[in-house]
Amino acid sequence: MITPLSSILLVFVGSFFGSFGAVFLKAGSGSLKLNIKSFLLNWQLHAGIFFYLLSSVFFVLGLKKGELTILYPLVSLGYVWTLIWSRIFFHEPLTRTKFVGLGTILLGVVVLNLGNR
Amino acid sequence: MKAVGGRLSQATLSVPFDAASAAKRRSLILVFCCTLVGAAAQMFIKTGAGRLARPGFLGAVLGMFTNPLLFTGYALYGLNTVLLAVALRDNELSLLYPVIALTYVWVCILSVGILHEALNPFKVIGIATIVMGVAILGRGGRS
Repeated sequence: MITPLSSILLVFVGSFFGSFGAVFLKAGSGSLKLNIKSFLLNWQLHAGIFFYLLSSVFFVLGLKKGELTILYPLVSLGYVWTLIWSRIFFHEPLTRTKFVGLGTILLGVVVLNLGNR
Repeated sequence: MKAVGGRLSQATLSVPFDAASAAKRRSLILVFCCTLVGAAAQMFIKTGAGRLARPGFLGAVLGMFTNPLLFTGYALYGLNTVLLAVALRDNELSLLYPVIALTYVWVCILSVGILHEALNPFKVIGIATIVMGVAILGRGGRS
């Protein structure tokens, strides 16, 4: 099966929107309590879910015409966006452990991708 | 002697068994559960997306509610989101988020097992490397 460029672009855009889903989820999680009311009244959580849904529509359209095991690794770009946003929005320290861990994971994703050629 | 004493007390402080570090460990376990749920969701969406009645954007939105496979996939994503939100409360986003890459490992295993995609050395090495990266983050994120 050949994976078209349009599918690759759709998944790319999806990964960008998805990273904002993570940002809003993190922002909303601070005031989160383990009851239904707390989940329903949290607008940041809703914004996060909105971005996840938005990215999921792009993923559904993107995955329609390609191999899951080729397109899915592209989602890993979302981890790079998220690392940048967590520094900018939440002032989290970017330690060597995080860079080495994420770098190793991304390398693994690329190697996994090579196995699908 | 003073330096040794200082180092000892520092070592004692670096492994506290308090509520905060227990919550951080729990957050890693929650994200681990997220990856299993997320992989199952991916498999349902992949199977469902191939059977969409209508093409394009509208077809995708309608499919979420009319296609049982897509609906199940998105319901699992909902569960995934709740678990992730609870996990993020107790730990850093930059540490927890890359752990979600474990989903690739489960998807690859499920693709071989259910969709009968071929397994090869690249996939095996890729899986092992991802697991190693997650282990590095996991070790750094426990305390």
